[in-house]
Amino acid sequence: MSSVAPVDLPVDRKTERQLARGEAAGANASAKRVKRRLTSRTATIAALIIAILWTTPTLGLLISSLRPAKEVATTGWWTIFSNWGFTFDNYVQVLSAGNTQLTMGEAFLNSIAITLPATVIPLVIASLAAYAFAWIDFKGKDWVFIGVFALQIVPLQMALVPLLTLFSRGLNVGGVQLFSGLNQGTSYSQVWIAHTIFALPLAIFLLHNFVSEIPRELIEAARVDGAGHGQIFFRIILPLTMPAIAAFGIFQFLWVWNDLLVALVFADGTVAPITKLLAEVTGKYGQEWHLLTAGAFIAIVIPLVVFFALQRYFVRGLLAGSTKG
Amino acid sequence: MRWRPQRWKPTASKKPPAMTTAVANATDARGSGPVPAPRGSRSTAPRGRRRLVTALIFLAPALFLLGVLIGYPVVYSVWRSLFDASGRNFVGGANYVTMFTDPATFIAIRNNVIWVIVAPITCTVLGLIFAVLMNRITWATAFKLIVFMPMAISMVASGVIFRTLFQENPDLGAVNAGLVAVHDAFSGGAAYPGARPRADNTTLVGTGGAVESATTVHTGQSQDFPLVGILGDTVPAAAADAVPAKSASGTEITGTVWLDFVKGGGGVNGQLGDGKKGLPGIEVDAIDSNGAVVASTRTGNDGTYVLSGLKAGDYRIGLPASNFAASYSGVSWLGPTLVTAVIILAYVWIWAGFAMVMIASGLSAMDVSLQEAARVDGASEWQVFRRITAPLLSPVLIVVFITLIINVLKIFDLVYVIPPGSSLPDATVIAVQLWTVSFGGGNDQGLGSALAILLLVLVLPFMIINVRRFRMEREQ
Repeated sequence: MSSVAPVDLPVDRKTERQLARGEAAGANASAKRVKRRLTSRTATIAALIIAILWTTPTLGLLISSLRPAKEVATTGWWTIFSNWGFTFDNYVQVLSAGNTQLTMGEAFLNSIAITLPATVIPLVIASLAAYAFAWIDFKGKDWVFIGVFALQIVPLQMALVPLLTLFSRGLNVGGVQLFSGLNQGTSYSQVWIAHTIFALPLAIFLLHNFVSEIPRELIEAARVDGAGHGQIFFRIILPLTMPAIAAFGIFQFLWVWNDLLVALVFADGTVAPITKLLAEVTGKYGQEWHLLTAGAFIAIVIPLVVFFALQRYFVRGLLAGSTKG
Repeated sequence: MRWRPQRWKPTASKKPPAMTTAVANATDARGSGPVPAPRGSRSTAPRGRRRLVTALIFLAPALFLLGVLIGYPVVYSVWRSLFDASGRNFVGGANYVTMFTDPATFIAIRNNVIWVIVAPITCTVLGLIFAVLMNRITWATAFKLIVFMPMAISMVASGVIFRTLFQENPDLGAVNAGLVAVHDAFSGGAAYPGARPRADNTTLVGTGGAVESATTVHTGQSQDFPLVGILGDTVPAAAADAVPAKSASGTEITGTVWLDFVKGGGGVNGQLGDGKKGLPGIEVDAIDSNGAVVASTRTGNDGTYVLSGLKAGDYRIGLPASNFAASYSGVSWLGPTLVTAVIILAYVWIWAGFAMVMIASGLSAMDVSLQEAARVDGASEWQVFRRITAPLLSPVLIVVFITLIINVLKIFDLVYVIPPGSSLPDATVIAVQLWTVSFGGGNDQGLGSALAILLLVLVLPFMIINVRRFRMEREQ
């Protein structure tokens, strides 16, 4: 198809658009042809079975969470038609349930308070670093960059003990206190810091890939016009990198929202997010399925909304971040 | 945002989005970018220094955080792992010895091995199948969304979902409910746990759960089985009033199996009548003198049976123990033996979608002309897949596989949430064990650090593979 017109054939705007349309139509037609031929009944049936298998667990959770406690305790959700009945009581009840320090409702708010800064901070830091790695020449750049790349696979678990020690005791070198430690259980700051550092290697790597694809001419032109690195970064790099930043932002948002391990170690007492409380409640309420299912659904409702609303970006971001953790 | 300087190459836009391939590294994510990052060659000394300063301003926050908060922990962990729980006494390699001799950590390592062998391959294979299927249905986008959706959910919530699904009580757990339904449909007969002859019945003997005639029965005769000890509600609704069996011919033995008990009293023990119910679906065997079952049948709704086609002779008539075993109630999924399988299943439910989307983007980036040519030459779909698609796809498959291995080695949330307390010791993995000994009760951060080092050592080979692939890509 690329032979329709030579690259340097001079054409006016209108013709150009027309050619582009024709090309798109041609591509579409052949794609459709291929698709129709490959579409088969067996494949459809198999896909249907898989789709049902994959939806059932979540559907069961949703139905269970909406059934009266008495029904949930004695019958399965698949008997909903013979044991009809829906209620929001479980949700009302679970929002005020929890441990001695906080309720599920408060934990939900904590999740928001943890997730938003823990998404924004690493993105700011990482985009600065990505620009430096892509467009500023300095000695040893490649090695530093490879080091950052390698860090993304260091298991998160590795940093738990040392970080906790650092946060609780501070850092003393030769009798000089460099860092006095953070108050545990009262502030979100250590969760934010933990999430930020675990996000950085991946964020830098991904944004670097994107930033380095910006055409050199654009940056050269800005330099000729007298722009400094700061101006280039804010006026050119940031606006052009927005799609990548958005994709990674969504990934980071979900990662932090869904995280349990960091929360278990760094978010104690009154700042615990919903995942931590849900895990705790799972152990405590063992068999009170009406509360557990409602709690679980509260925990997944935000990710599900994000998923269905932004699924295109979501897919990219999530694939990009798959080795994290 | 894509940069496409060569606008007459529509193939450039068919590449998967840059974000997808960035970590994937499989296809050239940077290929369509016009200029690689500038490499310094024209720098003079003072300019070089100035650039270094500028670079440092941009990099400082990142490098500070990474250095202090990831670099330091790695060093600290190595150091800490050489000390005991209190952190004051140097113990050398004792923590490492403990790690490999302590049964709990040993189970954790064993389970991690099981995970690494089973989970990545299952996800990759399923992902491949799903991706191929996706290309052949008209509702591909919907299918993708459905299979990929679990990735949006936290593993904690997925854990709760799978705990509900796999509950042991078949009235509550969907999986056991399904198993019981299937089992009952195939086993055909009803189960009567606890049924037995009356103690004063001399014509029947109960041996090892089975019920047999006390003496042999000649063909043409009949053998009745009045039983008691059955709960009223285990008699199926279809059961009719028991009637005497029809008289047997020369090749038959007949009889009736009934519940020798009338609700509210009445009737004569061992005698039919007075509304006594027949027991349907009970298996009746004729056993010859060698102990072999030569004929077998089931009772009807009125409890009668006819064993036919027998050679003239004497037989013992028996009701095998399977009639009286407790009814099937499914499998103890969350018990110690199967809990890991359930957790892996939950993992597959979540991550198969990831593999599918990765592989599907690899498939769509593929030039289909080879496949077309092969089909024109008469290759079957399987041959096309086996000989062309799969080999072309192998880089993507390897990326998916390695990603999953790294991910599985660090698995934590699912294992922390799904097993009930009693089977957690059998399901534990390194990451969970690390958390348990350091924070969750063990309070031994020395041993915890040693486990962290073990985890790092296990992940290291895959990290090296990734870095090497990344460097090769940069040099291209």
